[in-house]
Amino acid sequence: MRTRLFSFALLCAFAVSAFATPQIQHWQAPSGAQVYFVEDHNLPMLDVAVSFPAGSAYDDAAKKGVAGLTHGLLDLGVQGMNEDDIARKLADVGARIGSSFDADRSSVTLRTLSSAAEQVVALDILSRVLQQPLFTEEVLGREKSRLIASLREAETKPEFLSEKAFGKAVFGEHPYGWQTEVVDIEKVQRADLLEFYRSHYGAREAVVALMGDVSRQQAEAIAQQLTAQLPQGGDVAPLPAVAGLGKSSEQRIPHPASQSHILIGVPGIARNDPDYFTLYVGNYILGGGGFVSRLMNEVREKRGMAYSVYSYFMPMQQPGAFQIGLQTKNEQVDEALQVVRKTVRDFVEKGVTTAELRAAKQNIIGGFPLRIDSNRKILEYLSVIGFYHLPLTYLDDFQARVEQVNTRSINEAFRRRINPDAMATVIVGGQAAGEKK
Amino acid sequence: MRFYAICLGLLAAFTAQAEIFEQTLSNGLKVIVKEDRRAPVIVQQIWYRAGSMDEKTGVTGVAHVLEHMMFKGTKTVPVGEFSRRIAAAGGRENAFTSYDYTAYFQQLHKSKLELAMKLEADRMHNLNLSDQEFAKEIRVVMEERRWRTDDDAHALLDERMMAMAYQEHPYRNPIVGWMNDLKNLTADDARLWYHTWYSPNNATLVIAGDVDAKQVFALARKYYGRVHAGKLPVRKHYEEPAQLGIKRIEVKAPAELPYLVMAYHAPTLRDVESDWQPYALSVLAGVLDGNDSARLNKSLVREQQVATSIGASYANTSRGPTMFSLEATPAAGTSVDKLEAAIREQLQMIVRDGVSEEELKRVRAQVTAAEVYKLDSLFYQAMQIGQIESIGLSHQDLPVILKKLQAVTAEQVQAVARDILRDDQLTVAVLDPQPLSADKLQQGGHVHAH
Repeated sequence: MRTRLFSFALLCAFAVSAFATPQIQHWQAPSGAQVYFVEDHNLPMLDVAVSFPAGSAYDDAAKKGVAGLTHGLLDLGVQGMNEDDIARKLADVGARIGSSFDADRSSVTLRTLSSAAEQVVALDILSRVLQQPLFTEEVLGREKSRLIASLREAETKPEFLSEKAFGKAVFGEHPYGWQTEVVDIEKVQRADLLEFYRSHYGAREAVVALMGDVSRQQAEAIAQQLTAQLPQGGDVAPLPAVAGLGKSSEQRIPHPASQSHILIGVPGIARNDPDYFTLYVGNYILGGGGFVSRLMNEVREKRGMAYSVYSYFMPMQQPGAFQIGLQTKNEQVDEALQVVRKTVRDFVEKGVTTAELRAAKQNIIGGFPLRIDSNRKILEYLSVIGFYHLPLTYLDDFQARVEQVNTRSINEAFRRRINPDAMATVIVGGQAAGEKK
Repeated sequence: MRFYAICLGLLAAFTAQAEIFEQTLSNGLKVIVKEDRRAPVIVQQIWYRAGSMDEKTGVTGVAHVLEHMMFKGTKTVPVGEFSRRIAAAGGRENAFTSYDYTAYFQQLHKSKLELAMKLEADRMHNLNLSDQEFAKEIRVVMEERRWRTDDDAHALLDERMMAMAYQEHPYRNPIVGWMNDLKNLTADDARLWYHTWYSPNNATLVIAGDVDAKQVFALARKYYGRVHAGKLPVRKHYEEPAQLGIKRIEVKAPAELPYLVMAYHAPTLRDVESDWQPYALSVLAGVLDGNDSARLNKSLVREQQVATSIGASYANTSRGPTMFSLEATPAAGTSVDKLEAAIREQLQMIVRDGVSEEELKRVRAQVTAAEVYKLDSLFYQAMQIGQIESIGLSHQDLPVILKKLQAVTAEQVQAVARDILRDDQLTVAVLDPQPLSADKLQQGGHVHAH
């Protein structure tokens, strides 16, 4: 029975991998920018994302918050257009500018109709947002006030407080553990933004992703248009290495909420880690697989102790966090903690079963088409492949890489990475204050 | 010229509908198929026309609790097995409950359509609702309520605002249910709910993706066709009594900043051809908040700097009544009263001076582009069909709605602002932020302006 099921799984995997992955074209623009393009004429629209290694971890330790404000002010005033002109003209052609910002990456995205009149206007605006931002004093002052207000608000939320304490517990003084404080924002000057922009938004660091209804020739022109006038850049220092945790810690932060927010974790893996797929598949079994993970089963399905419980690796330029999270009512925090810790310990010490591995592969391989079923999703893959220097065949290889994972490699990798006796725990909630070490 | 425009409109409507197919099975299940072969994937959504608005006093939250129980096994599919089989097929799945409906969905490779249909049809009539599973799951739902509402100051304000704005209509009760009702809910309450509402003649099945409509209909007959039609109770028609003057409510909760919600009772779409106010209200929301330079953000956040954030919202389709609402956070040093006055001034400007042709054109351009962008999401397209069917309109109304939105005039926007945004229709809710602990207050924590 087992053998039969297994060959069935293999058949499935084979059937699915016959499905064509998008054909990624890659080149370097004359500006120096790296370009990743998928030509697709199914829908009359174009998606663009331009990314820079200019996330919050690239801040100077003495000037936290500069990276975020630089990113935030890009589309709030450019040569010849104030922030209202930008928003109005984009709306007039139905285009949308979006953005994303994390510890590694600062991105600006554009979605526009591909019809000539609309596309030309939208790309012209994006081009200026990227290459001619003004960072005016007036806008900076207002945005600082808004940011300070939202930071003060966030300081009252258990989600924010737990993430902040967790970052510090896992990463110590590494920039991945930084949280911008109100005092940091108050200090930020216009000159800081100009300098950060000049040094971190260089053409050679730019990754341009293009997805949709344009030809290769158009794509080449667009990539050049968006990056030719970027600063020279080139002096971005690599992020420092992340140190592992030597021992476990537990921090309890009182809060009036009815639920406690619990985070447990350690530094995890970098995006280019050779164990990436092994740990990804393993974590699906532990806490990544929606309703069928071990954590979900133990905490929610068997005991009704939480609505949401999960674990994940956040692969970054340097090792990002391995994080387990849940929320449960204050009265049962200790019981829930015990269940989670035992689940993790069992997982690391006893490993996964072949049945679990089979189910994980079935889901991840069988669900592969859902990862690339829209322009938006493909665009994000293009950005990630470019930004983290993943192979151009990343999507083509995806299913085979998952298929190669076995129970031994999972067990071995988890034992090497996750020591249940050296993890950081943060609990925000309840009235008991104090810190145990 | 006019005739020409109408023809174009009809043509557009026809094209848009060309790949949508519809059939009603003999047991009353409406099946709608949207063929879209861009990727080899499918989405199945089943929409039951039973939401929290169908609940009775004392059992609020039961619609949502039943949604959770639908994953707890049937006569032939053991507890947890539904999710395991979908996961093993590479699928993603979940469900959601609203005031108006409850819906379940799966997204899968196209080769797994039959599996999903078989499983979904099975739990339409074979649910095994055990006391034991109920006892565990109701605790999960209470955790969900704590997380979503009790510990979230803005959600709490919205909940209490709704309870204040509606006096008769069941929209006054939160979808997740009042905590005390959850504590007293029994497995029998859930069983009664299931047997009352879960039947093919109270559901719409939407399947979209790389499928052949004929095959989908055949599969639907094979699996869903077995389910017997139910006897649906007579639905009561709720008419919210006219509000007789402005209402105000304050909610105290842990937070740093106050928060202001102003909600006006407003009409919802009933007759897509002859109604005009709902379209005008949608455009009004776009004029106020359709982009970063729209009136509210430009005037109140960027120029006057009396708010750190502001938004306007209006949903024109629902089974029950609806509201046109504005939500804002005051900037440091601005009182809630001052912010309310500034918002009222913006609304008055529209009543007094109307809106410009340029603003209307901008909203139209955004609506047109959004119609293209939505094609990038199979899931959203299916959602749109399921939602409109479940609130009592038809997916065939979607192109009409689009055309009508594009035809809204400046005069209509001005008129609807004058007629609907009146104090007698208004509920004002204010979050009064409380410090996290008494300590902080004694340390001279921030003093909140009102």
